[in-house]
Amino acid sequence: MSPAAATAMQQGLQSCEGCGLLSRPMPGEDEGRPGEDEGRPGEDEGRCPRCDEELVFRKSASFQRTWAYLIGAAICYIPANVLPVLTTTTAAGAESDTIMQGVVLLWSPTGWPLSIIVLVASIMIPSAKILALAYLLVTAQRGSVANNEQRVRLYRMVELIGRWSMVDVFVDTFTAALIQLQPLMSVEPGPGLIFFAAVVVLTMLAVESFDPRLIWDSASSQAADSKEVTYA
Amino acid sequence: MQPTAPGGKLIPVLPNRNRKGPTKFDSPHIAIWRSLSELSSEAYNQPVGDHGLIACLHCDLLQRLPDLAPGASARCPRCNKELWRRREDSLNRTLALTLAAAVLYVVANSVPMLGLTIVGRDASTTVIGGAKHLWDNDQQIVAILVLFTAVIAPALQIGLMLAIVLAGRRERPPRWVGALLRHHPTTRIWSMIEVMMVGVLVALVKIADYATVIPGVALFVLWVLVFLLAAMQAAFDSREVWEKIQWADEAQRPAAGDGMAKEPA
Ligand SMILES: [Zn+2]
Ligand SMILES: [Zn+2]
Repeated sequence: MSPAAATAMQQGLQSCEGCGLLSRPMPGEDEGRPGEDEGRPGEDEGRCPRCDEELVFRKSASFQRTWAYLIGAAICYIPANVLPVLTTTTAAGAESDTIMQGVVLLWSPTGWPLSIIVLVASIMIPSAKILALAYLLVTAQRGSVANNEQRVRLYRMVELIGRWSMVDVFVDTFTAALIQLQPLMSVEPGPGLIFFAAVVVLTMLAVESFDPRLIWDSASSQAADSKEVTYA
Repeated sequence: MQPTAPGGKLIPVLPNRNRKGPTKFDSPHIAIWRSLSELSSEAYNQPVGDHGLIACLHCDLLQRLPDLAPGASARCPRCNKELWRRREDSLNRTLALTLAAAVLYVVANSVPMLGLTIVGRDASTTVIGGAKHLWDNDQQIVAILVLFTAVIAPALQIGLMLAIVLAGRRERPPRWVGALLRHHPTTRIWSMIEVMMVGVLVALVKIADYATVIPGVALFVLWVLVFLLAAMQAAFDSREVWEKIQWADEAQRPAAGDGMAKEPA
């Protein structure tokens, strides 16, 4: 058997997410032998001898936790876009803006590049993130073996750009903090802001709970099956 | 690759008697703790004999890390994740950048970031002032999130890194360095100064429609801090510290203290 083509789980090895050390559970601890088809091992394995982190073959309950965060984010996404995030009060009266209205207001001969930044960061990235994670979850759960490299690249992209959705929270925070010129004009945060912040946080937690190794597990076990003669 | 002990010298295998951690030679209460932990199946795993062997955290492929020159990086052949980038003089450079970042961080949070003038009236705010205004307007949860991502997480990112690098310069960094090192990536994920700076830029343009905006000192300091934090992370090579750290289960620590496969002659 060639170790170059094997995964750590097939060899009964666990790698530490804290420090990267590869180690083997003490004998008798992993009853369900990993690598054998349904042998996804139990959750409480040993600890990393180097950094004391609890070790598992795959992040525990990764699918369930990622779905939970993702569904929460999808639910919050609606009020985040429908409710106003900023309320501007002037002598003429009060006016409330949603995120999309903020993008439109920012559109001007000089402000359009920033308008596009907010459009991308606040509207496109959160929805793309939710769709991308749902796609990764569904394909991994159905045991897809196609496009593994593209899918792990998509995961890394979601991981990288997700934080940029926070831009709008900061825009609203500082706009409201500065424009306090009562009675002339004042700006206050609106009820949509908390839902928008929730979308950002929940999608970031979803990314953290997803284990990208699950993308590869079906392909790995197929490769192992085809080499069964060599194994036996 | 050379053993990673400073100066290339070998690290002697020390007896476990005087070390903390659950080893068989420890004092009675630790021995009891050890047997209890074994009962609750919290025993330590056994490291694999071949210390160059690792598994990719994005696809689980088993592979052997190559010997790298400083500045070079190794990528997973299956999923292209960067597994390790070896840094030259990592601890000293990281320390210098972290100290600079710490100074700028303190300045950035103590002077105004933005000011404005409109029909003879002035207003100004700091980062913390922005969060406080949200708090006062019944947006406590968002206020905490802003405070956490723009103030607390960056402080942890800098503070933990400072402790890690200072202690990591010792020949045998203590176990608590491992705990900090393990949690440092989380502070990095939630530290969002660069995102905040883009948000501030957008806010500036919005406000410029009604008022004259006066950029504060903190605004410039924060932009420098964004680049310093990126450089600090890029200079740091966590593997260098992991390879010489004191193990949780010191009995299993490999004698040579070397993460690479080659045995010293
Ligand atoms: Zn570890
Ligand atoms: Zn990989």
